[in-house]
Amino acid sequence: MSRSSPRSPLVPLAVIALVVAGSAAAFAYTAGWLSPERLTPTRLVAALAPPGGPALGHRRNHAKGICFTGEFQSNGNGVALSTARVFTAGAWPVLGRFNLATPNPNAADATVRVRGMGLQISTPDGDVWRSAMIDPPIFAVSTPRAFYDLLQSAPKGGEAMKAFVGRHPEFTAFATWAGTAPWTSSYAEDPFNSLNSFLFTDAGGTTRAVRWSLRPVATPVSITPDELAKRGPNYLEQEIASRVAAAPQRWTMVVTVAEPGDETADPTKAWPAGRRMVEVGTLVVNKVIAEPDGPCRDLNFDPMVLPRGMSVSDDPFPAARSSAYARSYDLRTSEAKDYPRTAAAGSAKP
Amino acid sequence: MSRPMNHTRFSGAQRLLHWTMAAGIVAMLFIGVGMLSTVAPSYVPLVATHKTLGMALFALVLVRLVLRVVLGAPPLPADLPAMMRFGAILSHWGLYGLMIVLPLLGWAMLSAADYPVVLLGHFRLPPIVPQSDSLHTLLWTAHRWLAFAFFALILLHVAAALFHALVRRDGVFEAMSPLPSGEPERPA
Repeated sequence: MSRSSPRSPLVPLAVIALVVAGSAAAFAYTAGWLSPERLTPTRLVAALAPPGGPALGHRRNHAKGICFTGEFQSNGNGVALSTARVFTAGAWPVLGRFNLATPNPNAADATVRVRGMGLQISTPDGDVWRSAMIDPPIFAVSTPRAFYDLLQSAPKGGEAMKAFVGRHPEFTAFATWAGTAPWTSSYAEDPFNSLNSFLFTDAGGTTRAVRWSLRPVATPVSITPDELAKRGPNYLEQEIASRVAAAPQRWTMVVTVAEPGDETADPTKAWPAGRRMVEVGTLVVNKVIAEPDGPCRDLNFDPMVLPRGMSVSDDPFPAARSSAYARSYDLRTSEAKDYPRTAAAGSAKP
Repeated sequence: MSRPMNHTRFSGAQRLLHWTMAAGIVAMLFIGVGMLSTVAPSYVPLVATHKTLGMALFALVLVRLVLRVVLGAPPLPADLPAMMRFGAILSHWGLYGLMIVLPLLGWAMLSAADYPVVLLGHFRLPPIVPQSDSLHTLLWTAHRWLAFAFFALILLHVAAALFHALVRRDGVFEAMSPLPSGEPERPA
């Protein structure tokens, strides 16, 4: 301590220690290690797990599903909206997945209100368009933070859900749909909606906010959940497999264009009637394959995988979903041994 | 791997590459941990920037290696203790190795997950490995832990550089300093 001459190493060493410690602290902060309140993909995905823990090797949500292949028959109308090759007239290969919005891959069909479709369309220019859609006409909550709140409130039920609805009154519209919309007994009779808004850019450089939907060509026949339950816990997968084996199943893809002032950032808000709608083509599903060794198993239907001519809008969900889906993918692929690839083992659903 | 220079500083091109890449690599590491900690809309541009900057840095490190082989490096001070000399050599092999390996791991990791590898400007790279769950897990784990090792090694590198600059004052920091040197040549 007495050697406090100008050449003493103490001050420089203290400077070095400060630089290193400060850098490490900034890194830890950026990584979220000092911020227990930050909504990270890890926390969001963990919140999806049922009380008994996640089903290892499976998607952390929409865990029950079945693969399909087919093609998207583009009629060329979408060229007016986006330069994506997928909208030029032609037939492009499709890989997809029918699924139920549950973290339990063994959930009985009649216990799951929301159904989904994961879709990938590939074009010869090498571009890929992935989308994960669901059947309600609007989403349950306005923000990813509110979705996290819902995941934490729903299991507590009763008072917790009342308080949740108080914080997020937009949930009422979804709850009304869930309580009143008819059920069907087939994926082929369900619509699937992007709900999130994206931006399409046309050849002239004009960018428009859009949402898209797949509307079933098959006529929906409603069924009560009780009737559906009587048909067995895995009826939907059996039905779609035999239905597609008998004849290809079709959905019309419709792109709805927002007008100025429409809520593009909030998927709980349907856009007013009368918006421009463009039928861009037909999804044809011609083969259904069990998931354990099916082609959709190891695919992440990440909504940010977009072709040229499409991009993210001010809707906060695609980013949050992309982040969370990646986390789910990283987890389930590291647990692949817990989900055997043989069809026999995979179909051992109760 | 390189012949010693008979001068005391790295060439201007080497110094420019060093400091450009230093800024880029530090940005990469912060973007990397930052993007994995968020579900906010910034996730999308952060990921796109991470992929693009990573490939740019991969191209730059190849140029840098060529320059290192062709132009060499100034010799370490003759009076540097053997342990510090050993540490300097070892850490530089580590730094170069990570600069090469991390972008390749990232690219391969995305390929193994069957994600299209699309950079800013919709510039698309081909996959370099087939989709594989086990390979993806291995590559992802390696990318993550080697990135943490890279950050730790960079902190060590910064501490050592400052130690040379502020405590030993032996000309090692000046050899890579971005500033013009006051004394042009030191006898080799």
